[in-house]
Amino acid sequence: MARPHESAHQIPLAARPYPHAGLSTRQKIGQIERRIGLFNNPEETAYRQTGPQRELVRVRFRMADIWGARAERGEDVIEAEIYAHWLEPV
Amino acid sequence: MTEFFGKRWHDMGGDPAGPITPEEHDFALWEKRVDALMVLTSAAGLMTTDSLRRVLEDMGADAYETMTYYERWIASIAQNMVEAGAVTTEELGAKMAEVRARGATYGAAS
Amino acid sequence: MPHDHHDHEHDHSHEGLSPSGHPYRADNDTDLSYWQAMEIALRELLIEKGHLTAAQIHAQINAMDSRSPANGARVVARAWVDPEFKAALLADAGAASRAMGFDIGPMHLIALENTKEVHNVVVCTLCSCYPRNLLGLPPDWYKSRAYRSRTVIEPRKVLSEFGLELPEQMQVRVHDSTADMRYIVLPAQPEASLGLTEEELAAWVTRDSMIGVGLPQAPQ
Repeated sequence: MARPHESAHQIPLAARPYPHAGLSTRQKIGQIERRIGLFNNPEETAYRQTGPQRELVRVRFRMADIWGARAERGEDVIEAEIYAHWLEPV
Repeated sequence: MTEFFGKRWHDMGGDPAGPITPEEHDFALWEKRVDALMVLTSAAGLMTTDSLRRVLEDMGADAYETMTYYERWIASIAQNMVEAGAVTTEELGAKMAEVRARGATYGAAS
Repeated sequence: MPHDHHDHEHDHSHEGLSPSGHPYRADNDTDLSYWQAMEIALRELLIEKGHLTAAQIHAQINAMDSRSPANGARVVARAWVDPEFKAALLADAGAASRAMGFDIGPMHLIALENTKEVHNVVVCTLCSCYPRNLLGLPPDWYKSRAYRSRTVIEPRKVLSEFGLELPEQMQVRVHDSTADMRYIVLPAQPEASLGLTEEELAAWVTRDSMIGVGLPQAPQ
């Protein structure tokens, strides 16, 4: 189910009304840790709308890639759930 | 339209902050009732976790600093119920006045 | 430093002691606040209009009261003694919890295994998402600005403030609950607890060890 070596790059979330992915992970490259399945799109459910469900993915980021020199330990990781339509392949 | 690369106040990851204080409190009955309202109105399709959050976020950083967790939740749930058409602002205002007229304590007003 | 709780015997009534063993605050005697008035008003209006009943609210409060770290501790203890259950838990933590008889509702749960190489810690930077349908309501510090902002950037410093120092060669994985999943850490079983029964082991599993800010410890 998971394709661990697929890299993912987040697209800028400028146009999206409800960007519920943290800013720290935007424009950063990570790897897909696992695909979780289809869920209601929070951009719609935030306004009590329902449209087609969207694929949700867990993405793993190295701390060094997120925080650069500020990272406590570069090889530690953050894993976050991000909707696949907020990602683009590198 | 200019692109917005800034972040909203609620996106706190990585922001500087002080020590984590060991705050824990046991939840008051009114807080448990607020929590129950959120769960039940969501199950009834009147709101969602995401709509709760969206209103909380729109309340802004000041609300986060000056109101307690469940104070913000009841404010968000109320706005959600108005948006869903379950209550009107007028009805809520009138009912609140009636509640407050019952007495000066939570027990008296219940 | 934040303190952890071993869960006490559970009290389902709303009077007397709360599930954590502390007395309830005498809220009925406090001055009615604006927001408390809003809660009463909104609840009564929704009941009057037929969207909810008082019985449903009472039942939901009881359901949440029955959820506590003791439930998560039992799940962890079972995983420690039963390798098949552990595998099932790691594959689908929600299904495994339900199979043990816990009513977690629609919650989607992922269990994260701590090992000699990896330590997991959970945060919700954007709000306060927490596996409440298994562990009960989250502590205030979990919802605080300081925890939410610092855990994703300096997890080891945060953990050291909780009294947990990790070796440099371990990897820390910070899990940010940004969407529909909720997380429970499956801590490593302490060597000193090997050979205990499942019931005895549950008493070693603290709430903080299932969030990832602590380790299991012998009951006081």
